[in-house]
Amino acid sequence: MSTVLLLTLTGLGLAALYFLVASGLSLVFGLADVLNFAHGLFLSVGAYATWWASANLPGAGPEGFGFVLAVVFGVLAGAVVAILVELVMIRPLYSRTIEQVLVTVGLSLAGVALLQATWGADPRIFPRPEWTQKVTPVLGANIPNSMILLIVAAVAVLAALLAFLRYTRYGLVIRAGVENREMVTALGIDVRKAFTLVFAIGGAAAALAGALGGVYFGSVSPGQGSSLLIFAFIVVVIGGLGSVTGSAYAAVAVGLVQQFVNYYGTSGLGDICVVAMLAIVLLLRPQGIAGKAATA
Amino acid sequence: MTELKTTPAPTAERAAEPLPARNRWRMLRPWLPLVALALFALLPYSAISLPGVFDGPFNSPGTLQLLALCLVFGGLAAGYDLLFGRTGLLSFGHALYFAAGVYGADILITRVGLPLWSAALLALSGGAILAALIGAVALRTTGIAFAMVTLAFAQVGAVLVARDFYGLTGGEEGLPLDVSGVPEFFIGVANTVNLYWLALAYLVLVIFVVHRVSASPTGRVLAGLRDDERRVGVLGLDPYRFKLVAFTLAGTLAAAGGVVYMLLVGGASPHITSAELTLSLLVMVVLGGPGTRWGPVLGGMLYMYLDHRLTAFGTSSMVDALPSVLSRPLSEPLFVLGTIFILAVYFFPGGMASLADRLGPLRRLLPAKGDSTGSR
Repeated sequence: MSTVLLLTLTGLGLAALYFLVASGLSLVFGLADVLNFAHGLFLSVGAYATWWASANLPGAGPEGFGFVLAVVFGVLAGAVVAILVELVMIRPLYSRTIEQVLVTVGLSLAGVALLQATWGADPRIFPRPEWTQKVTPVLGANIPNSMILLIVAAVAVLAALLAFLRYTRYGLVIRAGVENREMVTALGIDVRKAFTLVFAIGGAAAALAGALGGVYFGSVSPGQGSSLLIFAFIVVVIGGLGSVTGSAYAAVAVGLVQQFVNYYGTSGLGDICVVAMLAIVLLLRPQGIAGKAATA
Repeated sequence: MTELKTTPAPTAERAAEPLPARNRWRMLRPWLPLVALALFALLPYSAISLPGVFDGPFNSPGTLQLLALCLVFGGLAAGYDLLFGRTGLLSFGHALYFAAGVYGADILITRVGLPLWSAALLALSGGAILAALIGAVALRTTGIAFAMVTLAFAQVGAVLVARDFYGLTGGEEGLPLDVSGVPEFFIGVANTVNLYWLALAYLVLVIFVVHRVSASPTGRVLAGLRDDERRVGVLGLDPYRFKLVAFTLAGTLAAAGGVVYMLLVGGASPHITSAELTLSLLVMVVLGGPGTRWGPVLGGMLYMYLDHRLTAFGTSSMVDALPSVLSRPLSEPLFVLGTIFILAVYFFPGGMASLADRLGPLRRLLPAKGDSTGSR
């Protein structure tokens, strides 16, 4: 029983990480039709900025409030990088989908190489508060606190995103833009502002994933983002492009399947099951669990 | 998919200019690939060394190995261009078929003990079947979803190799080739020259196949799919079948390249299964010029060359003398290549192959001798 509980919770922790990356990807793709390969870079930027801040930023540190400050700095860094990328690199190429993909591919290659050049290819020890390294017994299973932190953060982000999309004017514009961008533009709303906003949100969420993932893994390395990115892509496609709730469901499904199959089957089988899931979903329901058609 | 619509059509008035130098050039031009082929074939016989460009003379094993790698990747890029540039399919899983060739041949020789030729043939047909099966599923989606599905399938390949099921692939450490099943003339440093010729033969084969296909009626349908898929459907042709043919053919060519690569580097290592290999193929094709005759080949060769040489360049004293803000990023080949790639997407959408057209206005200002700038 405790094994099942532990696997469920670690699966949910993994799902939380996927969701944080996938929600931004999904919104960016749903609204702006940009398949953002540089999203993994935002994650790495968040992780490195948090790591840097906890050592160098006055007031920030590995413990208590200082840690919160470091994470906030990391998230802001991710958002700023995302906004810059959107404004400088993506904006001149709107409606040219392939070129956008190519630019983000180039960016992910160059960006990771730049991080590697600056801080080396080896993983760096990530500063983490004392309490995140302990475990909490839940019904006989010892759950790592960092995992609980991840799950709580992802749920908070999900709630905040849904509230933002439902109750604010910009949320309305984004929702409408995902449904039908031409119509929103025709109504005289500058949808490009919403693009920038969505990039900022996505960058911030990915950076948060980077910072908290750093706490969970205990280290940061330049390539961390890209290895998570592939599964985030799968989550986005299964969940349906442009749907935040769809991403949440898909993230939970993917995280749980991966954990359980990897534990009870051979290691690595879980990853394969996830891809099989993707193939089945695409063949039976190409638009994903929720959201607009993935085949376009 | 809108790649080629933007390239400016060659202006008729310029082609009609009756310059004698231009006419001579036109008569010469069809023979240029053959001249290049002869040059490459004879290269191992020359002991000329180009300091700074290559470490040793042309007939040294190190230089030949690097050149052979460039040739293999030129062929791979040309094969990938059959999908991307000529059919408009953005696949992110091309590394899988390359890896099928590399690991397939390596496992059959090293673990099963088959001789090279049957192992190569089996790996090749295995790669073809794999491409056909995965293509059959993946091609039910289009556009970005297709890219993601192929990426996901390639990820399965990477996981399978990394987890080392039944100890077949050697996991993280890779699988060095057991040379007892390989003919003697492919073994050892002294025989690098034979591998070089093999790589050259592979490149010639790929160029031949790609050109024959794109000149055939099938090739015209593929170009039609790239430009407007619905229209091809309206004409009564089945887009799915033609795309599957292109996908399978490109996968088979990649598997063949994998076999040659495996012989060249003497084994398999897991990094060739990663998505990064596919991304670098994409970079090669875009840098060279997608859908053009020689662009992808040149792009692939140049990329591979830069990828190897930039490491040496990065540690050279010239770069070290720069302040560390500059010298550190410059010592990362991928940073330099990624930046060049991004700039190319913005400023040279047709890649190197379009340089001739873009430099056209400049060339007209120069006297007739400037002709050779457009040779690529």
